[in-house]
Amino acid sequence: MFAYVLRRFAGAVPTLFIIVTIAFFMIRLAPGGPFDLERPLDPLIMENLNRAYNLDKPLLYQYGHYLWNLAQGDLGPSFTRRDFSVVDLFRTGLPVSVLLGGMAISLALIVGTFLGALAALKQNTAVDYAVVGTATFGITIPPFVIAPILSLLFGVWLGWLPAGGWSSGSLRHMILPVATLALPQIAIVARLTRGATIEALRSDHVRTARAYGLPTRIVVGVHALRAAILPVVSYLGPTAAALLTGSVVVETIFGIPGIGRYFVQGALGRDYTLVMGTVVVIAVFVVVFNLIVDILYALLDPRVRYD
Amino acid sequence: MLHNVLKATVFATSLLVVNGVVIAPAMSEVIYNRGNDTDPTTLDHHKTSTIAEANLMRELYEGLVVYNAKAEVVPGVAESWEVSDDGLKYTFKLRENAKWSNGDPVKASDFVFSFQRIQDPAVAAPYANMHYAIANAESVNKGEKKPEEMGLKAIDDRTLEITLAAPTPYFLELLTHQTGLPVHQASVEKFGNDFTKPGNMVTNGAYMLESFTPNDKIVMKKNPHFHDAANVKIDVVNFIPFEDRSACLRRFEAGEVLSCSDIPAEQMDYMREKLGEQVHIAPYLGSYYLPVKVKKEKLADPRVRHAISMAIDRDFLAKEIWRETMLPGYSIVPPGISNYNDPVFLEYKDMDILDREDKAKELLKEAGVEEGELSVELRYNTSENNKNTMTAIADMLKNIGISATLFEMEGTGYFDYMKQDGDFDITRAGWIGDYSDPQNFLFLFESDNLGFNYPRWENAEYDALMEKAETTIDLAERSKLLNQAEAIFLKEVPAIPILYYSSRALVSSKLKGWEDNIQDVHGTRFMSIEG
Amino acid sequence: MTDHSTIAAREVLTEAGPMIAGRSLWQDAWRRLRKNKAAVASAIVLLLLALAGIFGPLVAPHPYDRIYPQYVRTPASLEAYPKAERIIPAFESVVSRARVETGSAEVEGSTVRMPISSSEALDPRIVRYVDRSDLFENARIEELSADGRSGVMVADVHRLRFLFGTDSNGRDLLARILIGIRVSLAIGVLASAMALLFGVSYGAIAGYLGGRVDGVMMRIVDILYSLPFIFFVILLVVFFGRNFILIFIAIGATEWLDMARIVRGQALMLKRQEFVQAAEALGVDNSGILRRHIIPNTLGPVVVFVTLLVPKAILLESLLSFLGLGVQEPLTSLGLLISDGAANIQGATWLLIYPAIALTVILFALNFLGDGLRDALDPKDR
Repeated sequence: MFAYVLRRFAGAVPTLFIIVTIAFFMIRLAPGGPFDLERPLDPLIMENLNRAYNLDKPLLYQYGHYLWNLAQGDLGPSFTRRDFSVVDLFRTGLPVSVLLGGMAISLALIVGTFLGALAALKQNTAVDYAVVGTATFGITIPPFVIAPILSLLFGVWLGWLPAGGWSSGSLRHMILPVATLALPQIAIVARLTRGATIEALRSDHVRTARAYGLPTRIVVGVHALRAAILPVVSYLGPTAAALLTGSVVVETIFGIPGIGRYFVQGALGRDYTLVMGTVVVIAVFVVVFNLIVDILYALLDPRVRYD
Repeated sequence: MLHNVLKATVFATSLLVVNGVVIAPAMSEVIYNRGNDTDPTTLDHHKTSTIAEANLMRELYEGLVVYNAKAEVVPGVAESWEVSDDGLKYTFKLRENAKWSNGDPVKASDFVFSFQRIQDPAVAAPYANMHYAIANAESVNKGEKKPEEMGLKAIDDRTLEITLAAPTPYFLELLTHQTGLPVHQASVEKFGNDFTKPGNMVTNGAYMLESFTPNDKIVMKKNPHFHDAANVKIDVVNFIPFEDRSACLRRFEAGEVLSCSDIPAEQMDYMREKLGEQVHIAPYLGSYYLPVKVKKEKLADPRVRHAISMAIDRDFLAKEIWRETMLPGYSIVPPGISNYNDPVFLEYKDMDILDREDKAKELLKEAGVEEGELSVELRYNTSENNKNTMTAIADMLKNIGISATLFEMEGTGYFDYMKQDGDFDITRAGWIGDYSDPQNFLFLFESDNLGFNYPRWENAEYDALMEKAETTIDLAERSKLLNQAEAIFLKEVPAIPILYYSSRALVSSKLKGWEDNIQDVHGTRFMSIEG
Repeated sequence: MTDHSTIAAREVLTEAGPMIAGRSLWQDAWRRLRKNKAAVASAIVLLLLALAGIFGPLVAPHPYDRIYPQYVRTPASLEAYPKAERIIPAFESVVSRARVETGSAEVEGSTVRMPISSSEALDPRIVRYVDRSDLFENARIEELSADGRSGVMVADVHRLRFLFGTDSNGRDLLARILIGIRVSLAIGVLASAMALLFGVSYGAIAGYLGGRVDGVMMRIVDILYSLPFIFFVILLVVFFGRNFILIFIAIGATEWLDMARIVRGQALMLKRQEFVQAAEALGVDNSGILRRHIIPNTLGPVVVFVTLLVPKAILLESLLSFLGLGVQEPLTSLGLLISDGAANIQGATWLLIYPAIALTVILFALNFLGDGLRDALDPKDR
């Protein structure tokens, strides 16, 4: 198992290298540069700036320079936030995004599996329809609609929770953003769990367990859910990578200092290094979570072996 | 990485507990949560260029002269000054009690150092040209002369002499810009680029930097060494960036921020009704106009450009599209500007729109354009209001038989395209004055101003008038020259003025001392919070 | 090969079903699907919405790009506009623009009258001030005096209905929603079709050929998987401007990855089956096996996945609209309308509510149809 993990990590290095290369040249192809603002700069000043950031050098030189720094863990200076290096930005922003995303995933797992299992047990009853209906509703409303509505409802009209802000991560400030992030995930997890549980309940070993007279609670808890968790795990792998690296919608609407916004801000502002940094971080998360999914699969499903 | 993340999570959780125990840190502290447009590119003001950055810098630093609450130029670090008769030499007397936040006195040499630094090519200051009025500044910026050759002299610790290249009647106005603020020489030299970090940064304004969390807030604390500290009533200012103006509105309504630097125009009716007096709309030094590519054959005839201009119902745009957060505009220099006596306007300013349309059709006929023959593309950079404005204009052009298509571009690509003389028909641009002087608007269309002159319009007479105005000391005479220049511009309309900006803000009724002014500058040091 | 899989996909999408005639799997599925009330209802709703999107803009009372300057941000109402109390002030204001002396206006049924006079002869052209207004039509001067200096301005009240209200430019929201449905559905279907075409062929080839080819092909998928979607789209929009074709290509180009993985999994399994091995033994070449045996047999899970892909594509398009990267005006999409509506949530709620309902209904129907198809095609259920 350990050797397998090691091998996978080694395999990820060329993948990352290719991603960095593609992203580096793609963003450079985009028209405009980091210093093209609404108020155009004097050509002379532009020249000074380009020189200060090595942008006057040949592209291949810059690429080599970037790779060399990257190998040492340096993601370069940010062009649009010049008081910070890209590493600085992630150091403050990533924990925020990971915290929010982590809470949203946990919430989605707990509530989603519970609702899904409930619906499966009460298949084709009012409870089932209610869960499926709500879950579908949860998937169909885009977060950029849910977020302002939650903020208005609980922040402005009822005044129960802050309408926005982060406040160094106080719990009260986290509730609405976590709810917005979790809502569609709860819906999907509930649907996946429901489907898998129904299937599991029909399977031979659950039938046998029931025939032995084991209480439904235990049958469902131990046998059915264990099988049902597999599709959830494989769904949550890539989703977790996406959630933990922040959401541009939720961060913009609630004013949260995570890294989700950097990507869009960076790409639109041609902050080359910031975009590259985000690409690298997201790629690392995707690789890691794919690995975690595979390992979890091996642990949960005895048929899968990695040797 | 995982380890770091874990630690951060634990850290965040522990903070949370602390928050739970200590609900209000210290009751006596007056805190002002202030909405700002965006985060700054940097807190090194020599490298800044935006209005959001200027708002921050005016809190942290004090220049020789400053804007008061009404945006009048009043003494700042300089308590008095003299101007030589030829308008070329300014002698500033610095106040004795001007101090940096570490207790150092503010000296004339600090300003010499700062003004030299901004011209240093290595600093690459985007607004270095703001100071080109100072003798030799431009050559220093180009690397042709040494910084010591600039027209700056610290006669003693409290006397600063500035020599100009040409008499510049708006020089004091220029000094209120963020480029006119000083930097603390010792910390710049000690920390290099890191001098803006909290803990390193030494400032001489009413506030000093406490912390800066990107996309979250910038915290400033009252500077105890500030010369007027006794009258500064707000202890802490949190500058919060809002990319989403609706988010600021919600937090304002929830009482979480006391002011917003901009408002969502589309929700104007609601705000007027719900927030009443707290919605501040005031005249502002800004123009919104449509540059026309005059080199293109179909748009080369001024009559065609006038026809297009006449068909645009500016009242509709201002009232219905912008919900009265803009004013109908008929000139490039906005009203209310200093040093400008008899503003000129497009001659059909007061004509009814239907009569204007008739006139427009006549003009088109004269220019040999048949109805339905001309089609133009309206280009704009992404923004809800730009989109709605251009959609409405396209519809208005239909009334005079011109068909228009829309083309939206993403911001950075758009600005690059404009700068590179891109192949557009009609586009949009907006300009907010850096200082209150017509020159700051009219220079946009000088032939050699390739950065701003999107239409690539060339008019020798216009250039000559602008050049002459540059060296004219007599303000009345100068105003006349600039009038003539604008009249030529309005006769040729290489860019069609359509709207004047208003400054827009939400200001809580609890916040006292916020005075609407044409520069839209509101120093926290003049404000207080009630209740 | 490409042709074949498109046809298959299209037929399955329209539920024509028995493409592979005599195959009881498809007939069974079709039978079961018909029994699933939710799925049938969803299919009908989708069909109706698709028809509304295709033909609605042609028959809607207002063109989707027509601006009514006097009706900017008019709330939704079943009643016709203008409202009675608005007629006289509006008439007074338009007549006053003609710069003539005016008397008091009165409304009789659907006409409005107002005596007017002037120191000079009345110019008959002044009726256009009235005609220009969206509120009135057919303006004329009656009872003209002998010297031509006084008369009565008469106009018919032009009644308009805005069932869903109007937007910030004064365009009918109903017409905009109809065109939005057309654009959103088209993006959803085209992006999914593209993902289908590309994903199925890619996955089938990788899975069937296996070995080193499979390794390389799947590694490419892994790499693309780790490239963030928004990055790709922003760049495309930046390069080529915002047009409709580009947006569905961008979405399709990012969504085929999942499809390729699913199909590859199926293909890996299928190629060990006896009928494939038999075909190999008979000397059928690779492309023949792929076309005849592998691809048709992966269609079950693929069809289910497509019904989930369409809503996903529609939602992705709405995210792009939120970021300001949506389709070009005057076209619109449901995502764009909703994103406008979300910005107007305080004050003009109808701008959010109606497009949101339209989107929700579409996505609901697609989801239920997807569930129905999965149940119908799932052999384990038999």
